[in-house]
Amino acid sequence: MSSTSTERIRPSSVRKAAPSPRLSERAVAWGRRAPLLPALVFMVIVTQLPFVATLVISFMDWNALYPDQRAFTGLGNYAKVFSDPNLRSSVFTTIELTVVVVLISLMLGLLLALLLDRSFRGRGLVRTMLIAPFLIVPVASALVWKHALYNPEYGLFNGLLTWVWKLFGSNSPPQPDWITSMPLGAVEASLIWQWTPFMMLIILAGMQSRPLDIIEAARVDGAGTWQIFRFMTLPHLRRYLELAGLLGSIYVVQNFDAVFTITSGGLGTANLPYTIYESFYQAHDYGQASAAGVIVVIGTIVVATIALRLVSTLLREETS
Amino acid sequence: MTAIAAAPPASRRAGGRRRHTGALWGLVAWAVGLFFFIPIAWMILTSFHSEPDAATNPPSIAAHLTMQGYREFFGASTGTSPWPAVINSMTASIVATLLVLALSIPAAYALSIKPVRKWTDVMFFFLSTKMLPAVAGLLPIYLIAKNLGMLDNIWLMVILYTSMNLPIAVWMMRSFLAEIPMAILEAASIDGAGLITVFRRVIIPISAPGIAATSLICFIFSWNEMLFARVLTGVRSTTAPVFLTSFVTSQGLFLAQVCAAAVAVSLPVLIAGFAAQDKLVQGLSLGAVK
Repeated sequence: MSSTSTERIRPSSVRKAAPSPRLSERAVAWGRRAPLLPALVFMVIVTQLPFVATLVISFMDWNALYPDQRAFTGLGNYAKVFSDPNLRSSVFTTIELTVVVVLISLMLGLLLALLLDRSFRGRGLVRTMLIAPFLIVPVASALVWKHALYNPEYGLFNGLLTWVWKLFGSNSPPQPDWITSMPLGAVEASLIWQWTPFMMLIILAGMQSRPLDIIEAARVDGAGTWQIFRFMTLPHLRRYLELAGLLGSIYVVQNFDAVFTITSGGLGTANLPYTIYESFYQAHDYGQASAAGVIVVIGTIVVATIALRLVSTLLREETS
Repeated sequence: MTAIAAAPPASRRAGGRRRHTGALWGLVAWAVGLFFFIPIAWMILTSFHSEPDAATNPPSIAAHLTMQGYREFFGASTGTSPWPAVINSMTASIVATLLVLALSIPAAYALSIKPVRKWTDVMFFFLSTKMLPAVAGLLPIYLIAKNLGMLDNIWLMVILYTSMNLPIAVWMMRSFLAEIPMAILEAASIDGAGLITVFRRVIIPISAPGIAATSLICFIFSWNEMLFARVLTGVRSTTAPVFLTSFVTSQGLFLAQVCAAAVAVSLPVLIAGFAAQDKLVQGLSLGAVK
C-alpha cells in the first residue's frame, strides 16, 4: 500500500478539463457506470433473455415430439397448467418443503450457535463437525441418506434400531421403511441436516458481533440469562436471522437434487423444480413447461418482493 | 476447565453453579456435534468397507477396511474413469469463479467506492435474478444452446455458473470494497495513481480476504450444481455430480461404492471449506458478516 505513494505522478489523471459542463457531467456519469456494465450486460443476457423466451414459448403449442405442429395457442398452456393437479400439488409441496426446512434449520441453527458461542474444550473441532454437512456435495449427501441411512434392510437407522432393541433383549425391532412411510419428511430431514450448518454459521457470526460490554453491564445490573437473550441477543440477531432465512429460502425453493435422488419426485414429493424438469425432460411439452415456468416466476416475484423489503433494511442502514 | 475459566467473570455467588452448567453445555455441544457428524462418519467408514460388510443389519462398525469401493469408483471393473468428469467440473468451477471475479470486482467498485446513481436498485436487480428460479430458464437455455451447437459443451456450463454466482459475488464484493477507507483511495489518486493502478496496488490487496471468500463460495456452488449439468451436458462434458448419479444407476446398489463415490466427489469442497472456515462465514452472509 505504501508503494502507491512512490508512484510517479501522471499529469493526465490530475488534469481538470471541462469543455462544456453538461458534456463532462455525462462523461463522468458514464465513467462511473463503465465498470458496472460488463456484469450488468452479462446478467441481462444470460438470465433475462431466457425468461423472455420462456414467456414467448408459454403462449405456443410446442411439443418436441411434433415439431411441425408449432402454433400459437394464447392462454391454452396456462389453462392446462392450472387444471393440472400435479402442478398444483407441487406448488403446495414446494411451499411446505421450503417453510419446514428453513424454519426448522433456522431454529436448530440458532440453538447450535448459542451452544457454540460459549467457550468449551474442543470448540473448534465441534464447529468443524457441525459445518461438515454443508460441505458434502448435495447429490452425494442425498445418495448417502437414501442408501446408507434410510434403506429399510441395511440402512444405518434401522441398523441402530436393531442394535438398540437387541441391547434390551428383543429380537423384533421396528424396521420402518422411512422413505415410503414419510417421503416428504425424509427429504426434509436430509435438507434440514444440510442447511442447519449454513444457518448456524451466519447466526454465530452475528452473535460474535454483539457489543459484549453492554451485555456485561446488563449482567452487572442483574439481568438474567433469559432476559439478556430475549431483550439483547435476539434483537441484535434479527438482521442475521432474516438474512439466513432469506438466503436459505432462495436455495431451498430451488432444491432439485434431494427430491430427484431420494424419491425421484414420487409419493407426493415432487416440488416445482422437479415437476418442471419432468415435464421438459420426459413429456417434451415445451409450451406447458414454459407456462409452468412463467407461473413460478410470477409466484417468486411476489414472494421476493416481500423478502426484498425485509432485506432492504440491510442497505438502508448504510445509505441513511 | 481452563477454557471455562476464560469465560467472562461470573458473579461470585453464582460462580460454582455457572461453572458446572458451563461444562454441561460443553458436553451438550459435543453431543450435538457428534450427532450431526454421524451421517458423514458413517459414509466415510462404509466407503472403506467391503460390500458384504457394508450391508449388514445391525451395522458392522469394526469390519476390516478395504479400498475396494474406491477402486470401483475409479473404474476397476467397469473401465469408466471418473477423471474426465472431475476435470470438467474443475474447469467449469475454476473458470467460472475467475470470470465471476473479473466481472464482480469492477461492478462492486461502481456500487461502493464511486457509486452510480440508484446503486441500491442495481443491487436489488442482481439479488432478484438469484430469486428467479433457475429451472424456469432451463428450457429456453436448452433451446438456445441447441441452436448455437453449444450442447454438451463445458463452456456453456462456465457461462451458466458465472451467471448463477455473479449476483452473490457482487453483493459480497460490494460489502468488502465499501470497507476500504476512503482516505487510502484519495491518497492514491492524489499521488496520481490511475484506476488500474488503484485496483492493482490498493483495492485488490486490501480486499484479498474478501476475494478469497467470494472465490470459495463460487467454487462450492459451481461444483455442487447438478440440474443444469444433467440436462445440458452429455458424454463429453459431464460433470462430477452427474457422473455420481449415473455411476449409481449403472452399478445397481452397492453401498460401499456409493459411499466411496460420495466421499471422492465431495473431497475438493470439503478440503476447500475446512481450510477456509472463516471465509465460508463471510461468503455465506454475502459479506454482511466480517
